[in-house]
Amino acid sequence: MLTFLHKMASPPHFYGLANTLGPWLAVPGYLLIAFGAFAGLFVAPPDYQQGDAFRIIYVHVPAAYLSMMAYMLMAVASGIGLIWRIKLAHAVAAAAAPLGAAFTLLALATGSIWGKPMWGTWWEWGDPRLTSELILLFLYFGYMALRSAIDDTVKADKASAVLALVGAVNVPIIHFSVEWWSSLHQGPTLVKEGGPAMDPAMLYPLLAMIVGFTLVFGAQVLRRIRTEVLYRERRTNWVRHMILTPEGES
Amino acid sequence: MDALAMGGYGAYVWSCFAMTFAVFVFNSWRARVRHRAVYRDLEVRIKAVEERL
Repeated sequence: MLTFLHKMASPPHFYGLANTLGPWLAVPGYLLIAFGAFAGLFVAPPDYQQGDAFRIIYVHVPAAYLSMMAYMLMAVASGIGLIWRIKLAHAVAAAAAPLGAAFTLLALATGSIWGKPMWGTWWEWGDPRLTSELILLFLYFGYMALRSAIDDTVKADKASAVLALVGAVNVPIIHFSVEWWSSLHQGPTLVKEGGPAMDPAMLYPLLAMIVGFTLVFGAQVLRRIRTEVLYRERRTNWVRHMILTPEGES
Repeated sequence: MDALAMGGYGAYVWSCFAMTFAVFVFNSWRARVRHRAVYRDLEVRIKAVEERL
């Protein structure tokens, strides 16, 4: 097991592995998104209260879920990087941040667009779910700003890892905010006691979108990790050798 | 036309899906461009060093 983990944490091994894995995640991911979007837009029946506006959940829910998952990935990778001093873990955290920020922005924008016809307002400052999700966006921005403000990669890794770990406390707050406080935002629909409270015709496209978004996120984060690894390992022999070989990048 | 109208919520629904599509395209494009830029930069530097040796 230790040998396996050691091999996985090796930058040249991971660089090649990420290149191989990427398409295996991206292709099924895009296919699932295509299926989920089609079924969600044209096959699922309209909601009895929200009408066709409910179809926004097919992009809003996966984006919101990924906004939190990307942050958890960033926090766990930062923790591993700090404790075991694994450089690859810091590269994972750095690669996940811009994608997490993009999905957080998407979740906020689509939620706001859904809120206008349903709640009569684009934004409600008193709502804990909306506010905590906005704080998540600021945490991503803060993490990326901190990284880019420090030239020394090792120092930037350590400082940003501490910020990522401290900010992780916000993720359970986002998730449980609709249960802990009175909120305009609807309560849990998918993850709840007794199973999802949705008709299967609405549920399956949503599940396809969530899995599809996750797979595509995986492919995109792998590509970004490869860039991080390449930059961090620029003075090593394996990068020199890879660039000087006629085939170049495999 | 019904699919476009989405029961009067067409502008809301389609703008959300368009935004999502744009985010996926941007993320993919940005990652590709950045990787290529880093790779090309290293290629130039390493080959320059090799030529000097």
